[in-house]
Amino acid sequence: MAELLKAENVSEVFGGLKAVSDFDFFINKGELVGLIGPNGAGKTTAFNLITGVYQPTTGTIEFDGKSIVGLKPYQITQRGIARTFQNIRLFSELSVLDNVKIAFHSHVKYSVAEAVLRLGRYFSEEKDTEEKSMELLKIFKLDGKAHEMAKNLPYGAQRRLEIARALAAQPKLLLLDEPAAGMNPQETQELMEMIRWIRKEFGLTVLLIEHDMSLVMGICERIYVLEYGMIIAKGTPAEIKSNPEVIRAYLGGEA
Amino acid sequence: MNSIRKHDLLLLALGIVVFAVLQGLISARIIGSFWQLNLLIIGINVIMSVSLNLINGYTGQFSLGHAGFMAVGAYVAVVLTTNFHAPFIAALVAGGLVAAFLGFLIGLPTLRLRGDYLAIATLGLGEIIRIVIMNIDYVGGAAGFKGIPHYTNFTWVFFVMLVTLFVIKNFVNSSHGRACIAIRENEIAAEAMGINTTRYKVMAFAIGAGFAGVAGGLFAHCFYIINPSSFTFMASFNYLIMVVLGGLGSITGSIAGAFVVTFVSAALASWPEFRMIIYALVLIFLMFYRPQGLFGYMEITDFKLFQRFKGGRK
Repeated sequence: MAELLKAENVSEVFGGLKAVSDFDFFINKGELVGLIGPNGAGKTTAFNLITGVYQPTTGTIEFDGKSIVGLKPYQITQRGIARTFQNIRLFSELSVLDNVKIAFHSHVKYSVAEAVLRLGRYFSEEKDTEEKSMELLKIFKLDGKAHEMAKNLPYGAQRRLEIARALAAQPKLLLLDEPAAGMNPQETQELMEMIRWIRKEFGLTVLLIEHDMSLVMGICERIYVLEYGMIIAKGTPAEIKSNPEVIRAYLGGEA
Repeated sequence: MNSIRKHDLLLLALGIVVFAVLQGLISARIIGSFWQLNLLIIGINVIMSVSLNLINGYTGQFSLGHAGFMAVGAYVAVVLTTNFHAPFIAALVAGGLVAAFLGFLIGLPTLRLRGDYLAIATLGLGEIIRIVIMNIDYVGGAAGFKGIPHYTNFTWVFFVMLVTLFVIKNFVNSSHGRACIAIRENEIAAEAMGINTTRYKVMAFAIGAGFAGVAGGLFAHCFYIINPSSFTFMASFNYLIMVVLGGLGSITGSIAGAFVVTFVSAALASWPEFRMIIYALVLIFLMFYRPQGLFGYMEITDFKLFQRFKGGRK
């Protein structure tokens, strides 16, 4: 199988603190991989390294066979990695529909002049963007609320909108940062099915950070466990469940 | 798609009706010379506030140096018309382009700053522009530039204003404009959605500066003389008040803001001792009861009346 994302020997040092060290991992095309670990283990830092928010102190990160170290976040998104945020970052004063339309940005081809003069591609591409956005909203059961302000959506719907927006960027790799945070068990269950479904439907590769063990164990094919910025275990859900290091990290006590 | 075109035609028709009515009132001498001059100033202020709104309201970058770009446009235009006898339209366009280019040059380094820091930097840059002009003898220095031909009339102001409104409206309602709005809403998320935030911040800044330059050219040809004291940071502040009063992120709001501010200060011209007090009270009252500005994010086209009018024409 082809590797879509590969990180080798990556570390990130903030002052004297090693947030992530010797981070080696890969994701194959089409896989659904989980990244778990206690609070402060460096999971979100790992995400920020992949998406270009931070630059690694050492190491290499390759996406689709090309290095993405040194690229700006928007360039990485344009290469095909989209993400959601742990603390929701919607465009809260805008409509649900506009939130999704904005994410189509890098696929819209018309120029500023064409926009201002309302020429040629402007009309067809705008229509296209609107239709595709509505389709996405329908998938996430948000089409009825397309014209509501994003900040007025209930919490679970805001999380779904974040995923819909990330998909609008048409990624090959989708990074989900705690998508089930704050959801009740039933919502988590629905989310799980939705992630499975969109992966199949959009042919996506998914990397998931999550605290909710039922979600991670339920859908991930492979799991990496981080603690103090280092990978302490990797493997299938069954292997992770019985790994003494993981049990120690999560439940405490001596290994 | 057709509805967007119909929308534009309707707005254009509305603009022409407003023009015809005002021009009629001027021709019939119902609007006297004092209010005629104020109509010009209102139109110029509309261009200033709408272009500033693109930077402050839509893109969320707090700029306080807008009068500086106006000054650049004004001086470039008057030099071209007075010293080189260039046609008025060419001088206006040149003034706008030079101001836009300067906006680009200044925007590139300063737009890395956020919020208060950007405000202070742009405030300083606006003042630098004014002081540099004040020290160029070729354009008259502090005494001002004299002998400018009186080209600006109501027709010029109105149609340049209309062009400005359409350009900014169309920009804002496109993928490029949405990118700017996304930056205002959440810069980190905008970047994560594939938007080159630096590019769009600088673009909004340059477009805004360009139209301020055009407004400067119109302003300069209203009178026989211009001098740098017309472009102090108090002037920038005044344009900011118009934008905030009308609603950050609303073109209709900027038009209303420019109109209200100019109208109130002109109407109170006979009572100079009360003018600033009443002006301040109006602002305090409005900010108390409508902190989002007169229109908030709303546009005239969002109102039911307009929608029904459009619907009825199908």
